[in-house]
Amino acid sequence: MIALVYCSFCGKEEADGDHAVCRQRLSVIDPPRYCPACARRMVVQVTPDGWTARCSRHGETASAR
Amino acid sequence: MTAAPEQIDVLDEAREQVLERGVGLTEAQVLKVLELPEERIPDLLALAHEVRERWCGPEVEVEGIVSLKTGGCPEDCHFCSQSGQFPSPVRSAWLDIPGLVRAARQTRDTGATEFCIVAAVRGPDKRLLSQVRDGIKAIREDGNDIQIACSLGMLTQEQVDELVAMGVHRYNHNLETARSHFPNVVTTHSWEERWDTLRMIRDAGMEVCCGGIIGMGETLAQRAEFAVQLAELEPDEVPLNFLIPNPGTPYENYPVVEGAEALRTVGAFRLALPRTILRFAGGRELTFGDLGAKQGMLGGINAIIVGNYLTNLGRPAQQDLDMLEELSMPIKALSQTL
Repeated sequence: MIALVYCSFCGKEEADGDHAVCRQRLSVIDPPRYCPACARRMVVQVTPDGWTARCSRHGETASAR
Repeated sequence: MTAAPEQIDVLDEAREQVLERGVGLTEAQVLKVLELPEERIPDLLALAHEVRERWCGPEVEVEGIVSLKTGGCPEDCHFCSQSGQFPSPVRSAWLDIPGLVRAARQTRDTGATEFCIVAAVRGPDKRLLSQVRDGIKAIREDGNDIQIACSLGMLTQEQVDELVAMGVHRYNHNLETARSHFPNVVTTHSWEERWDTLRMIRDAGMEVCCGGIIGMGETLAQRAEFAVQLAELEPDEVPLNFLIPNPGTPYENYPVVEGAEALRTVGAFRLALPRTILRFAGGRELTFGDLGAKQGMLGGINAIIVGNYLTNLGRPAQQDLDMLEELSMPIKALSQTL
């Protein structure tokens, strides 16, 4: 289980500041860009019905389709 | 005695000129439409919808798009999260052929007739063109006869000819904004270079898809200028995007276009381009939400991108398909496009 320490929209610590705008973007139009465990930028591929995001340290996650 | 010019209502003019005769509005008329007070927006949208029905018919063209090559672009388009010149979180990625085939299949399964393959590049190199060729071949071998469009940046004549030979029937290359505003948005190439590619595409017999993004700091006058410059190009399709202020880009702090302003723009562009496919593209989710999307469809739009975009997500395709059903708008069938 990976601890969700970082915001996957802005890459800053979840505990640092207000991430309401980040959450809104993630819920409407953005896939995750930063690994929530280590804040590395992920390689993201968006497809017509989903996305995959790969962190070089923590592996790949995908949208629920 | 005739009325003074300032007393003539631009929507009355449009009813006679655009609806009855199919002649698009002039730049000055488009500007008047863009300046209409908010209480006139319902009248504008109703007229734009009538124009669309009269000159384009009731069908809606549905399209899906996918990014074949993401990020790392050498150009500096200030709105774009895929430029390698800005500190955007978007990293480079290539979609492999099986992934491209799956994306085309997902698109076809929505009932879409168009599938656009997009790459973030100044123009295609041999590797990219080879990937596109192999991808189209694999899509066909998968039994998928969806129409294939491409968006690969600026082209040479030789590359145009190659795409025609591959069976690409439509090419997207957006002018993005008015000619007078373009140098504020892009400095690594010119509006005229884009125009040259568009002429080559048209001359080669491919359909021309050319639109832009609203909300990049352009004035209303420049928005009107853009609508008329697009009309001069006579594109088959105009995709209308609304700026998504993406992190790391020079426009990251620009405001999202307000719904009323966006609807006014939709109506104005329809009245400037009565016979063109006018497509809802990126940014509509932020600008309009669910209600506004319906208003747009009833205000001159006759095509949509369903599902996700290149680096941003869209509404689930089924949500848009349900909306079209609710609006009793038939989806254009593949047989009608061939």
